[in-house]
Amino acid sequence: MATVSRFERRSRLVTLLLYCGLAAGLVFACFPIVWMFFTSLKSNTEIFALPPRILPKVFTFEAYASIFSDTAKLRFFLNSYLVAGVVTLLTVVVALLAAYAFSRYEFRLKKPFNLLVISTQTVPPITLLIPYFGMVVAFGIFDTYYALILTYMVFTLPYAILLMTGYLNTLPKDLDEAVLVDGGTSWTALWRVIVPLSVPGIVATAVYTFLLAWNEFLFALTLTKSMDMRTVPIGISLLMGQHAFEWNEMMAMSVLGSLPLLILYLIAQRYFLVGMTAGSMKG
Amino acid sequence: MAFATAQSPGAIGRGMAYALLHRRKLAPYLYVAPSVSLFFLLMLYPMVAVFRYSLLDGAILKPSPKFVWFDNFLQIFSDPVFVQAIGHTLYFSIMSVIFHIIVGLSFALMLNSDRIARPLQSILRVLYILPWLFTAVIIAIIWRLILDPNGVINAILMALHIVDFKVEWFSSSRTAIHALTFVNIWAGYPLYMVTLLAGLQGIPRDLYEAASIDGAGPVRQLLHVTLPQLKPIIVSIALLDFIWTMQVFPLVWMTTGGGPIHATEMMSIYTYKAAFSRFQFSIASASAVVLFIISMSMTYFYIKHQKAVR
Repeated sequence: MATVSRFERRSRLVTLLLYCGLAAGLVFACFPIVWMFFTSLKSNTEIFALPPRILPKVFTFEAYASIFSDTAKLRFFLNSYLVAGVVTLLTVVVALLAAYAFSRYEFRLKKPFNLLVISTQTVPPITLLIPYFGMVVAFGIFDTYYALILTYMVFTLPYAILLMTGYLNTLPKDLDEAVLVDGGTSWTALWRVIVPLSVPGIVATAVYTFLLAWNEFLFALTLTKSMDMRTVPIGISLLMGQHAFEWNEMMAMSVLGSLPLLILYLIAQRYFLVGMTAGSMKG
Repeated sequence: MAFATAQSPGAIGRGMAYALLHRRKLAPYLYVAPSVSLFFLLMLYPMVAVFRYSLLDGAILKPSPKFVWFDNFLQIFSDPVFVQAIGHTLYFSIMSVIFHIIVGLSFALMLNSDRIARPLQSILRVLYILPWLFTAVIIAIIWRLILDPNGVINAILMALHIVDFKVEWFSSSRTAIHALTFVNIWAGYPLYMVTLLAGLQGIPRDLYEAASIDGAGPVRQLLHVTLPQLKPIIVSIALLDFIWTMQVFPLVWMTTGGGPIHATEMMSIYTYKAAFSRFQFSIASASAVVLFIISMSMTYFYIKHQKAVR
């Protein structure tokens, strides 16, 4: 009897400790995000108020209003959506084709090419940036969308190819072979049979590609120059330098800049996690 | 290979089979052609270019730059700022990886416990992943706000009498690199947590049953069952994370910019400043090549490890 109750007590203690740990984890993970959100709803005078308060005394949307009334700031969002959208589309199509070859064919250069794809994942962006700068100027696309769309493909493609190949490998080969036996080409097999079945894989790839493109900083910083071409991360960093410390507005920009990814994450959580773990699981 | 067996001889004539076979040899190359051309344009050519720049004097700027062998490399390695940058980069990366493993694993173990209800587990998992969704620039400014000398962290620490003055986390050379590492730990652990959680759920139950029959308590089960089972996954992510963390740019650029003075100078920051603030493209290329070589040697281990695991 005594041992049972001691066991019970110990078990309760462990559960209590577990909940304490989970609560501490929650504060660690979410406090900065909560702080960002509520700061965006404070007026600028309240931001460093003592003692600090999480909730604003007076809720105000003035920071958001000032962003939405400033076309220069809205332009950052337009640019980011446009660049990330086009990069996602192109990446998915190009990666799908390559993944189809990887998954369905044996060919001599398969191994070297696969190695190239994997090692491209770990090439430092800063190493590529110096020649990119020269190339982009030489092509006459400095400070255009093309410069960003083209260079972003270098880091979106490797993931996309690995993710898509992994997905296609899960589809039975009899499916497309049936098309070939009926006299169809591999091209027909790809578009008529494989693509419709690959929607989950394509969504996972697209979501992750969008995230990578939306978050890119270094290339956007260096390969564009005019305010008209700046993306959200660069826009935020420039505002940070200019009107130093209108914190509520900076936080409102951050909230708006994180919103697309948060929404994507909440509606497509499963697909997000696939992309997130792809780098370390496959290879 | 699989297709060759699928062609039923009755259905396809000899000539047709030959044409198909021929096309089968060419087809994969057509499918990979767009990616391969992009990799040539965006990877191989630039790599050759940056290696060449690193051996020239006045690359990009001078019309006919002189070939100077390894002078640029000698120059950066005799620059104390660059040597310090290597040290900072290693410190930052190693500490980040260690704490990512600790925090990620603890969260994964807590979430995986039978003691919490499923719905709560799902909600917490969503919330714990959140830091991973934020762009480096946004992470940087959130933490600049929180760690501002007048900010909330200092207010709390002073109220608790842990510190008695307003610590300038990012602008004092004593604290800057630690503050930066802390922020990076916050931003990066979810990757580990998610991957390890998936790994934990893949460990066969009977391993634990066998261990508990042998009289192993929770701690020994963790050390002798869980950790050995997770080891391949941990090594994989840790290597990748180390490589990526070494290349850190936006987080540092947006918090300290490498300062105060050079207290948080990293290899990527050094490279960027050399190229785009001082326009010394040859020096920058040399430093970029050093970072590339370190990254690729780590990648070699990563690929070797991946192959061994499979």
